[in-house]
Amino acid sequence: MKFLRDALDGIKPNFTSGGKWEKWNPVFETFETFLFTPDHVTTSGSHIRDGVDIKRLMTVVVLALFPALFFGMYNIGYFHFEQLVALGQQDSYTFMEAFLFGLWKLLPIIIVSYAVGLGVEFIFAMFYGHSIHEGYFVTGMLIPLIVPVDLPLWMLAVSIVFGVVIGKEIFGGTGMNILNPALVVRAFLFFAYPTFMSGDKVWVAGASEVDGMSGATILGQLGSGAEAVVDKTYSVMDMFLGFIPGSIGETSTLAILIGAVMLLLAGVASWRIMLSGVIGAAIMSALFVLWGANPLMDFGFKHLLVGGFAFGLVFMATDPVSAAQTNTGKWIYGFLIGFLSILLRVLNGFPEAVMLVILLLNVFAPTIDHYVVQASVNRRNKRVEDKIKKALSA
Amino acid sequence: MSDVEEKEALFSKKNRQLLINPLDSDNPITVQVLGICSALAITVKLEPAIVMSLSVLFVLSAGNVIISLMRNIIPSRIRIIVQLVVVAALVILVDQVLKAYLFDVSKQLSVFVGLIITNCIVMGRFEAFALGNTPWKSFLDGIGNSAGYGLILVVIAFIRELFGSGALMGQQVIPDSFYDAGYANNGMMLLPPMALIVVGVIIWVQRWFNPSLEEAN
Repeated sequence: MKFLRDALDGIKPNFTSGGKWEKWNPVFETFETFLFTPDHVTTSGSHIRDGVDIKRLMTVVVLALFPALFFGMYNIGYFHFEQLVALGQQDSYTFMEAFLFGLWKLLPIIIVSYAVGLGVEFIFAMFYGHSIHEGYFVTGMLIPLIVPVDLPLWMLAVSIVFGVVIGKEIFGGTGMNILNPALVVRAFLFFAYPTFMSGDKVWVAGASEVDGMSGATILGQLGSGAEAVVDKTYSVMDMFLGFIPGSIGETSTLAILIGAVMLLLAGVASWRIMLSGVIGAAIMSALFVLWGANPLMDFGFKHLLVGGFAFGLVFMATDPVSAAQTNTGKWIYGFLIGFLSILLRVLNGFPEAVMLVILLLNVFAPTIDHYVVQASVNRRNKRVEDKIKKALSA
Repeated sequence: MSDVEEKEALFSKKNRQLLINPLDSDNPITVQVLGICSALAITVKLEPAIVMSLSVLFVLSAGNVIISLMRNIIPSRIRIIVQLVVVAALVILVDQVLKAYLFDVSKQLSVFVGLIITNCIVMGRFEAFALGNTPWKSFLDGIGNSAGYGLILVVIAFIRELFGSGALMGQQVIPDSFYDAGYANNGMMLLPPMALIVVGVIIWVQRWFNPSLEEAN
């Protein structure tokens, strides 16, 4: 380690102000703080409440994503080989084969995600002369988990440039964004290249080259209305464990729950948002069961297990930057996400509902907070007024 | 006051400013933020955008001259009504000409030709400029502002048609080999929200090069 430190110290003067490569200081600083704990100290009074900094916060979230990530890898291989078996091209496959196939498919997506996203961050950091923030660390891991496996990589790259620039950098970078950048990337993909983001061919690796194979998601099948289209049924256990087609990381509710527990134990995500989201979705699902006009309504509480609901609620809605900040606000925010997700899903037949609802609520989060704060101010004012009145009348 | 203006050359520096400023530092769309609605609605393809720009060019320059000629006899209490009559007459003229000679484009533009009447740029220039300036200056101002409007429209339409449909002026420009290699048109470009984002990016780039436009806050 000593030689690394010496090497860094040796070239450091070039990067400090006045040095030869002064412009590249953010890049240098990022690598330095990546390798070593920064030795910066605050010059005036500080407000430390905890030993946690952004980097460690982000690391916890990425670790919490690992169960979903690993299951996603297996899921890719599982559906790929199931398809081959169904076609009679292969007799059997092992667990490791499926996992390695998924790893092989997922790795390029992750690499593109980080390379492009960090590239954009580097460029902006250099132009604006601020240091490179760690915000993309999580976003770069979220993005591969919310796209279909067969998405062309160049589309992913274009969308990431759009998402990071429009979703984050124009607002001032990490911590300033009003929208969740990963969801902006997905929304852009969905509207720009709809044929690659929905339908029955994109969810299983290699399915587009096979005629007659269908890997439609459960919501996609239900949404298309005709029950005859439902050519494959999945048990509730399949839905819970994740043996269903879908975006890479969203299929397994169990893996997402493990991640949720990690986030809650570390105190990174808000339990209020998660709980109220589940309550909202449960209420809406129950209401639709009472209505029961089509298969999507009859789907009931299974709505909580399929599609992007669990993943969105645990990893997207709880993003501390774009979510509501007040405790009451978080209850309202989470509840509306759950409630509206199911509402849109069912009445619009729109499997992407969770993504759009979270983006919508991201936009409304400051409004919710504003009214929560105002209500509190009014309540306190009233208390004081009452006291004064009482004192005067006494 | 009038004899001072008569001595002024036809293209004096001041008059040239009237033409040039709206192209950049006083652009109706990106700086005055007027006429956004039509910039979103008819910029999916280049051709309607150009026709729209030319229509606004005609309406605004002719209208500015007419209003300017009448500026001393219009009672200020009913000036909006007078302006509306003038712009409505001109728009109907444009609409009829388009229907006669460019029927396809006219159908694409549909209601938006009629809506030139409510285009904020038109009324804005009547109110802010034509009512207080001579016909020649108003004419230049009309040309300048509609050119600034058209410039932005054409840039947006160029980007949206190129990436949204792979074509320009209805002709495919992205070669088939690209599509065979896996390229796909960007459907988002065809949706109005993307026009808004493109306008935003243009505003951003413009202010990047011209920091004096940035609002203090």
